[in-house]
Amino acid sequence: MATIRVNLITGRTIQQGVSMEAGKEKPAYTAACGIIELDPADFKKLGVFRNTNVRVTSQYGSVIVKAVEATQGPHPGVAYIPMGPWANMIVNPNTYSTGMPTFKGTPVEVEVAKSEPVLGSLELVRKGCRGELA
Amino acid sequence: MAEFLIKNGFVFDPILGIKGDVADIAIKDGKIVETSAVTKPKIIDASGKTVMAGGVDIHAHVAGPKVNIGRNFRPEDKLFNCTPGHGIERMQGGFSVPTTIRTGYNYARMGYTTVMEAAMPPLYARHTHEEMRDTPILDQGAYPVFGNNWFVLEYLKNHEIENTAAYIAWLLRATKGYAVKVVNPGGTEAWAWGLNCDNVHDPVPYFDITPAQIIKGLIEANEYLGLPHSMHMHANNLGNPGNYTTTLDSFKLSEGIKPNSKFGRDQVMHHTHVQFHSYGGDSWANVESKAKEIMGYVNSHDNITIDMGQVTLDETTTMTADGPFEHHLTELNHLKWANADVELETGSGVVPYVYSPNIKVCAIQWCIGLELALLAKDPMRVFMTTDHPNAGPFIRYPRIMKWLMSQEAREQQIDAFKHKDKVVDATNLAGIDRELDLYEIAQMTRAGPAKSLGLAHMYGGLAPGLEADVAVFDFNPNESYVPDDIENAFSNARHLFKAGVQIISDHEIVSNGNKRTLWVNARVNENPQVMRDVKEKFLRYYTVTLNNYEVSGHYLPNPYVIEVDATQ
Amino acid sequence: MTKTVTDVVCPFCGTLCDDLEVVVSDDGKKLLEVYNACAIGAEKFLHSQAKDRITRPRMRQEDGSWKEISYDEAADYTARMLADAKKPLMYGWSSTNCEAQSVGSEIGEAVGAVMDNTATVCHGTSLIAVQDIGIPSCTLGEVKNRADRILFWGCNPAHAHPRHMSRYSIFPRGFFTGKGHTGRKVIVVDPRVTDTARVADVHLQIEQGHDYELLDALRVAFKGEQLPDVVAGIPKAKIYEVAETLKSGRFAIIFFGMGVTQSIGKNHNIDAAIAVTRDLNEYTKAAIMPMRGHYNVTGSGQVWGWQFGFPFAVDLSRGFARYNPGETTSNDLLRRDEVDAVFVLGSDPGAHFPFSSVRKIYDLPSVAVEPHETPTTEICKVHVPVAFVGVEVGGCAYRMDNVPIETRKVVDAPEGMMTDEEFLKSVLMRVREIKGV
Repeated sequence: MATIRVNLITGRTIQQGVSMEAGKEKPAYTAACGIIELDPADFKKLGVFRNTNVRVTSQYGSVIVKAVEATQGPHPGVAYIPMGPWANMIVNPNTYSTGMPTFKGTPVEVEVAKSEPVLGSLELVRKGCRGELA
Repeated sequence: MAEFLIKNGFVFDPILGIKGDVADIAIKDGKIVETSAVTKPKIIDASGKTVMAGGVDIHAHVAGPKVNIGRNFRPEDKLFNCTPGHGIERMQGGFSVPTTIRTGYNYARMGYTTVMEAAMPPLYARHTHEEMRDTPILDQGAYPVFGNNWFVLEYLKNHEIENTAAYIAWLLRATKGYAVKVVNPGGTEAWAWGLNCDNVHDPVPYFDITPAQIIKGLIEANEYLGLPHSMHMHANNLGNPGNYTTTLDSFKLSEGIKPNSKFGRDQVMHHTHVQFHSYGGDSWANVESKAKEIMGYVNSHDNITIDMGQVTLDETTTMTADGPFEHHLTELNHLKWANADVELETGSGVVPYVYSPNIKVCAIQWCIGLELALLAKDPMRVFMTTDHPNAGPFIRYPRIMKWLMSQEAREQQIDAFKHKDKVVDATNLAGIDRELDLYEIAQMTRAGPAKSLGLAHMYGGLAPGLEADVAVFDFNPNESYVPDDIENAFSNARHLFKAGVQIISDHEIVSNGNKRTLWVNARVNENPQVMRDVKEKFLRYYTVTLNNYEVSGHYLPNPYVIEVDATQ
Repeated sequence: MTKTVTDVVCPFCGTLCDDLEVVVSDDGKKLLEVYNACAIGAEKFLHSQAKDRITRPRMRQEDGSWKEISYDEAADYTARMLADAKKPLMYGWSSTNCEAQSVGSEIGEAVGAVMDNTATVCHGTSLIAVQDIGIPSCTLGEVKNRADRILFWGCNPAHAHPRHMSRYSIFPRGFFTGKGHTGRKVIVVDPRVTDTARVADVHLQIEQGHDYELLDALRVAFKGEQLPDVVAGIPKAKIYEVAETLKSGRFAIIFFGMGVTQSIGKNHNIDAAIAVTRDLNEYTKAAIMPMRGHYNVTGSGQVWGWQFGFPFAVDLSRGFARYNPGETTSNDLLRRDEVDAVFVLGSDPGAHFPFSSVRKIYDLPSVAVEPHETPTTEICKVHVPVAFVGVEVGGCAYRMDNVPIETRKVVDAPEGMMTDEEFLKSVLMRVREIKGV
């Protein structure tokens, strides 16, 4: 299986906003934020279909999300996970003395993880805190 | 409420006409009363001390959006001066732009009990009121700004005084404001396009009106309503060499207009921080004092009052609704610049500034402010301010008293200027030997501003019936003293009473008082045109709805409403 | 019968729309319909009506389950936790009203807490930059009535501030802008072809993380000086063109967002953006404004500004206010194990902090005051549900341009629920009892 390296940024989407206000415990929130938006060119390199679960890994952590096609592209080489607990498993937490974690511009590796589930937000955070994540 | 009898102090009170004689002051139910009216008063021994009414500040920037910009964008203003809470005092911080809590306490320590916020952008009225609510002890009011307001520009273009007055009444109610403030009339609207109005005849872009029309029209509308205070003016061309002619031109617009107010004031224009408006020359190289010319006019026209805007030679934070001036200033000193233009209404800017005694211009400014006060024939019309924090922080008032009361103190400062000779050449101060006494100081800081504000029935004196705002200072005018004794004594009141509540006891803050917010409710005849214009402007040009504009009651937990009937 | 409440203020984002209409049942207990709001705002109002809403405080048990407790017990637990801690972190304060923020300040003073708001992960770096260089800005109505050059840098209002473009920036017809969007030139700088970029006249698809270079290049271009062929992925001809477009406007406005505040360079990016704005004022009129996220994060900075003198990251633990971003900011404190209790109100750090910080909260005594069930409530020891500010209780909020607007109550909160302010007041009372002051 292929692994690709991309530059990860996070941020708001309207679906993230709506589903967040509807309840972060709900599946819609996972559907909106437990994803990674990849450019078609990067999909080609990764060699998988749209809507495949992938493992995204950075120097700071690792998370399972669903790979979807970028809706606001093209942006080859750049990947987008909406702001939320999934993105925050892997972003660069260093503030470099500014107070601000480096939420945008984290180098990550994406690999296919078809059989692994995307966890809901509460479960993800709970398991992470208890050290129960793989 | 507790009764107090302040005994045997040297009393200075222009209202009672007492010039340092020993007298007793009695307090009952929040008011000053005859000494015979108290039965079992708590005795405050004031022998060997000075007793005055609580101070009244007619012009200071102490609450609201631009003050808070100053606080938030200047962490350095808090360096080494944050203090922990103790007793009933909360944490405090800040030098030139102190936290609201420090503002209240520091004024109280100087014996001040009433402070007017000098410029409230109407759209930000809630913010101003929230800050005043969190300023302990002081009675406060705020002046909404009108000089660049689109309604005013449109009405006054056709000299529609009645409509202007109806709009003023509506806005005072909506914002819970106290008086009509004018800042760089027309110039701040021009600044919305990066331009300015340099003199009273310089037309405002698009609106086709001159500052002169705005000034005269607002004076007339103010008198049409008969508001407690007169129109409160910051003229065009502030801070520029040669600007004294613009100032005189602005003064002259009040000629022939008589006050129409039941509140006892005699002026139709209060011009603020005149120091910044009294410059001769045509560049910073040859700038010179024109205080004589300015005071020549003021002394001979009794329908004007002014305040000083005294430079205190500190590092401070300038802030004004005069947006173009602040841009000009940041280009001069290259320090950080904040600007905040407000839709349909006004603008403002904030820039830190260092008034250094080593800079010739700063020293000249210092001289000019003092000259204004020392050349005043009637101290009831010339008031002490620093335009806090523009020319310096208000905590320097006792230092200004020292300079006004002591030629020796002035000479010491002049000798310390790096460019002493040039400064002396450009100013009149070195040749003035007048030394004000405490009675005149009480006129400039108590009775005078209270009268100008239309609040002589409440503040500024120690006559029975007035609010029991009384300060006792550790100062014996009959013993010999050095100039610094003045500053020390008046920086740190021994006792202070606000509306009959003891706020300071033996230099300790012992109560947060019952702070009130003053506003003016002016009733006018129904004016369908103005109400239609208001609806239209909110519908089309404002970004808040009309129903979300008016400041509701709970922003003023303890309001004091002054009713004005202009329906006749 | 139903009632329609007009002029309702939306408590979602810093756009703080105040023209919503909400239909409620005659008894004022049920919220039925929401008009004029964006999809997110409407959802916020409607979610308050959820049947499965948690309406009573609860405490995590040893076995991981929740146990319902009373508000008194919750206040007592919170007060003890804060009073016992040497240096508690009191974080959030952005999705609540200024009245509650003020009570929070008093608690913070009494217990010596570090007070931090969501600016710390949002526009905190902008606030630092403003302390470096100032900020020429204006109200949103100035943009609506005057602006003919609109630049969105690293922000995507189409998704994050959905009504911003129609109410204030691109489309509205104002006093001097009668032609609406046809009279405006819109420029978007973003590494993605965002939905905002799609409505722009010019999109500069910048190489991610190179904002500082491009901003500096604009300053060079204003002066007509030489540029390298390509800066931050943008050809120099394009940069000169955009510089000219900005200079030739009557009124230019720059809106900026997380693309610049969270990318490497942080506050220095904003320094450069503000310097661009200052420079533009040499040629025309220009202003710049941060696209503030939470509807009242701005208010939190204002309240702390007048009470302590600092807009975020206020450390009261030494008895007086200290401010040193990088040291007194939430994520730095958590990662360095410098706080020993965490109180959260009006924010969801569990979802929006990097996980390394979230895990530290889990390990500490913690209380979350929050109407929703969130990742934060999931990891805190006590969850105190409260009424929705702006829906079930009013109060003051500050828009992204610092304009204060009073939010409205449109429906009753479920029976027996407390508001933020009420709960904080009971905590303050308990803290004072415990501390004997």
